[in-house]
Amino acid sequence: MVATISASATTSRQARARRGKPIDRQWSVPYRFLLPYLIVFSIFWFWPLIYSFLLSFQNTRVNPWTIDVAVNWRRLWVDQAFHAALRNTLIVLVLQVPIMLALATAIALALDSPKLAARPLFRFAFFAPIVVSDVAYSVIFRLLFNGQYGAVNQALTAIGLPALDWLHDPTWMMATIIIAVTWRWTGYNAIIILAGLQTIPKDLYEAAAIDGAGAWRRFRHITLPLLKPVIVFALVLSVIGTMQLFTEPWLITDAQSSGVSIEMLGTYLFKQGFRNLNFGYASAIAYTIAAMAAAMAAFNLLLSRRSSS
Amino acid sequence: MTPLALLWLAPLALMVLFATLPDNSIFSPTLPPPGSEFFNNVAALAGSANFLRALGNSVMIGLIYAVLSVLLTSMAGYAFARFEFVGKNVLFGLLVATLTVPYAVVVIPQYILIARELGLSNTWVALIVPPLFNSLGVLFMRQSFSSLPQELLDAARVDGAGEWRIFFTIAMPLVRPAIAALSIILFLASWNSYLWPLLVGTSPGARTAPVALGSLIGLNVVPWGPLMAGATLMTLPMVVVFIFLQRYFVAGITAGAVK
Repeated sequence: MVATISASATTSRQARARRGKPIDRQWSVPYRFLLPYLIVFSIFWFWPLIYSFLLSFQNTRVNPWTIDVAVNWRRLWVDQAFHAALRNTLIVLVLQVPIMLALATAIALALDSPKLAARPLFRFAFFAPIVVSDVAYSVIFRLLFNGQYGAVNQALTAIGLPALDWLHDPTWMMATIIIAVTWRWTGYNAIIILAGLQTIPKDLYEAAAIDGAGAWRRFRHITLPLLKPVIVFALVLSVIGTMQLFTEPWLITDAQSSGVSIEMLGTYLFKQGFRNLNFGYASAIAYTIAAMAAAMAAFNLLLSRRSSS
Repeated sequence: MTPLALLWLAPLALMVLFATLPDNSIFSPTLPPPGSEFFNNVAALAGSANFLRALGNSVMIGLIYAVLSVLLTSMAGYAFARFEFVGKNVLFGLLVATLTVPYAVVVIPQYILIARELGLSNTWVALIVPPLFNSLGVLFMRQSFSSLPQELLDAARVDGAGEWRIFFTIAMPLVRPAIAALSIILFLASWNSYLWPLLVGTSPGARTAPVALGSLIGLNVVPWGPLMAGATLMTLPMVVVFIFLQRYFVAGITAGAVK
């Protein structure tokens, strides 16, 4: 009996080894590999996620904090500053993300083209901003867009255009932030799209060319549909990033030194949470951002399901 | 495309130019020729913002963070790539889901925990440990470990090597390019991060370069020459690293994008 069991155990073990399955191993081994990471995950990520949700139902303006289920959410509903922040964020989102993704697609197509000379130089030009820190480029843009003497206005007046008040007029502040964010992130998205382009089989284009399809039709009917999942991925990442914009509005416009600025969700959350120490209200703002991100992710899932079926 | 590329390079070129000019000439209509003011600007920066110490903090924190994070994400990635275990799919699904959760949601409780409850403000622990959670790193390492041939690991097992020994002496060395790529990306992420260090590191011993640089913007008279010198010191080394290691950056950025 014992012999039979061990014999069958051996054969099944050999069979598993042949199929490339793990052999002779304690059940706890994978968990031991995961343990340090899971500890960090639980303490600094999973618990905060729950705690933040619980905080949003607490009144943190009294000491000690008390449970007041509606106080923060009701305030979101009537808070004009929050509405302005939400509106500004959505405006940046709706204008900046499509501009950036279209530009990134065009740059990726150009970089992928065999006709392009001096490719390394162009790659460098568009990809270099990827490694520039948000703080460094924010202080550069704040200097370049200075209303009185900045390089941008000097260039505008040199070609006969009026100088603009980039850092104090709300419309132009928005434009400055859109330009800055586009400068910083277009290359990043171009890399993602370029990687997607390189997975498209070349014979599809050859077949289409034989059928007489021009460049635009090839782009419209081959490149774009096959690139859709990658572009949607870039879209989701960009939207989540834009909804939390903090450093640029904080340092380029005058949000920090309490001068004129455009309030964004990220800066408003920072002020409520870490200036006013109203953690409950800041959590409600954070969960509003999270809900919008979740909607984006669901939209992504829906699109990728549809394109794969 | 050439005009666009030049436009794209202009901010960086102007940053370097302004870093070499005397502070008071940056706004003058006619710029003086690119001068030798760079070191004076750096000296002013070192005096007013203790910037050199902040740069040192940034380097050390970035290095420690990258080493620890590579270790943690490699171990987790290895577990997901090479083992079957109960709860694997749930855990992995959770990990992927975290990619779509904004950082804004977790930063408030992280701050309450670290700064208020544990009193760890202005310590390197506060700056290094919470950002160790990083799901892209795990996905990236999982992908790399998945490509190893099972025979190699099994052969070591037959020879009686323990699981840790297999991991450290066989699996890790075989994915060295991936580890190099991830280390660079993690170092850069730490080097550039602003919000979290702004919250928990403001004393001289814990202040990182971005926080030191950002603090100068709030002043009444903004010292533009030193600011540009600081931005240059923070940026140029990374750009040089980027030129030589472009493919690693590309690998890191496309880790989640192309399946």
